Amino acid sequence: MLKEKYEIIVHGRGGQGAKTTAELLAQAGLKAGKFVQAFPEFGPERSGAPLRTFVRLADKFIRSHEPIVSPDAVLILDESLLNTDKVNINIDQAKLLIVNTTKSAEKIKEVLDKNDKFKNNFKGEIILVDASGIAKKIIGQNRPNTVILGKFAAINPVITVENVVSVFEDKYIKKIGEEMTEKNVEAIKSAGA
Amino acid sequence: MNQLNKTKKQDLALTGGYAIGEALRQINPDVMAVYPITPQTPIIASFSKHVADGEADTKMIEVESEHSAMSACIGASASGARVMTASSSQGIMYMMEVIPVAAAMRLPIVMTVANRAISGTINIHNDHSDAMAMRDFGWVQIFSETVQEAYDDTFIALRVAEKAKLPVAPNLDGFFITHSVENVKLLDDEVVKKFVGEYIPEKYLFDFENPVTYGALTLQNSYMEIREELGNAMGLVPNIFREVTKEFAEISGRQYDFVEEYKIEDAERVIVAMGSTAGTIKEAVDNLREQGEKVGLLKIKLFRPFPYEQVKKSLQNAQEIIVMDKNLSIGAKQVLENDVVESIGSSEKVRSMVYGLGGKEVFVKEIEELIGS
Repeated sequence: MLKEKYEIIVHGRGGQGAKTTAELLAQAGLKAGKFVQAFPEFGPERSGAPLRTFVRLADKFIRSHEPIVSPDAVLILDESLLNTDKVNINIDQAKLLIVNTTKSAEKIKEVLDKNDKFKNNFKGEIILVDASGIAKKIIGQNRPNTVILGKFAAINPVITVENVVSVFEDKYIKKIGEEMTEKNVEAIKSAGA
Repeated sequence: MNQLNKTKKQDLALTGGYAIGEALRQINPDVMAVYPITPQTPIIASFSKHVADGEADTKMIEVESEHSAMSACIGASASGARVMTASSSQGIMYMMEVIPVAAAMRLPIVMTVANRAISGTINIHNDHSDAMAMRDFGWVQIFSETVQEAYDDTFIALRVAEKAKLPVAPNLDGFFITHSVENVKLLDDEVVKKFVGEYIPEKYLFDFENPVTYGALTLQNSYMEIREELGNAMGLVPNIFREVTKEFAEISGRQYDFVEEYKIEDAERVIVAMGSTAGTIKEAVDNLREQGEKVGLLKIKLFRPFPYEQVKKSLQNAQEIIVMDKNLSIGAKQVLENDVVESIGSSEKVRSMVYGLGGKEVFVKEIEELIGS
């Protein structure tokens, strides 16, 4: 069941595509007939620095311009950000956590459980995916965001993989050409399979 | 209920910067003199792309500073062209020498201001300091809450400017609106074309049959009279704004006014604010109303000229008024606070709250604490 508003925070490092992920999520939300909002955490943009982007998908026009305080879903493009202060804010309340990692579930749980609030309260689902590995294999570049996006699309209650593929094609076919677009689409789809 | 009609082409999700770039493409002004500055840059960047792609035939003048940008706008406008530009913060400060000249020469230039803090200490994020710095020089100033409003205000500003023969600055919050993706409905190109029409200046420099002088030296015998005329011209703006917004409602279905009253009819406590925070305040008002608290919002849309009479009328039943200024007037009462006190004729019920300087986030919860009992 979708509540009135579904809120997503994407955590990444500058250059990993957190901003693009948020924009594509918003456009996919639009395709799904939702009202949408997407914005980056406004700070200096530096390659490699931690960065958050925010996405809201809703049944009503979104009026608030506050940053997301308690996300429904948390997408982590870089596992080194786990258990950092900004990722930890209300993460225990989230329903879905997707992490780009090659580590085992036990190892990731170990890091997350260092946050007592998470350890005691988190009732959601944790999905681990080697997004960087899949991206390198299919796209030939370390672009974990499309894979994470595909994973999210496959299991969330608001948007579909078709929505994401369609907005990706709309936005990128001119920019990066048909071949690269196809590879990205394959990465999106493979994550959901 | 989902009100989005997915089949309609104009239902899009765009950043404020991109949406204004679309508005500029649809207007297709004669001249834009531009210099990049964060957070305004996405506006001219997206519009420049339209020009490069041949979707607008505007003469882009890429200058070496904001001072030159406004100077070029003034020259082009005086020669009879339809002229637009955009800037922010230090850019506004750098062009400040010529900002009053545009108004004094009665040039209908539209400059979108992506509001940003003013430096000393350096900050690139949002507040209204830049708008406040240019408020006394004869520019009409409009504030928008959403991407949709920012898009719509571009057209309204142009029509008001050309009718009033005054420059107009539509303001939108830097980053919160310029860089945020929101739902927006675009108008059809043909509808815009008809709404903005062709610009036919009454007087202009290149009219050699009827020669005129722009920017003359005016001394003790005429300067004060000319300033007075400028003030009088501003006095005509409210009626023009009403006419233009009424016409705009006919083509868009979206009606704007000097202010927007949100649940204030029976409100005991009312917040007065401008810009994107108005949306955040509406959320807080709804939450508090659910708990039975009689609270409301008065959003100021037309900031200069200030709608004193309307504000007085809107606030007549309020027992407590909290005025939120996104700017710190140092050594005096706050700007919007003063305007509200002057409107209602008393400071007794008015409380001032300076907020959001340099991009400091504002949360719904904080607003609830501010206005909740």
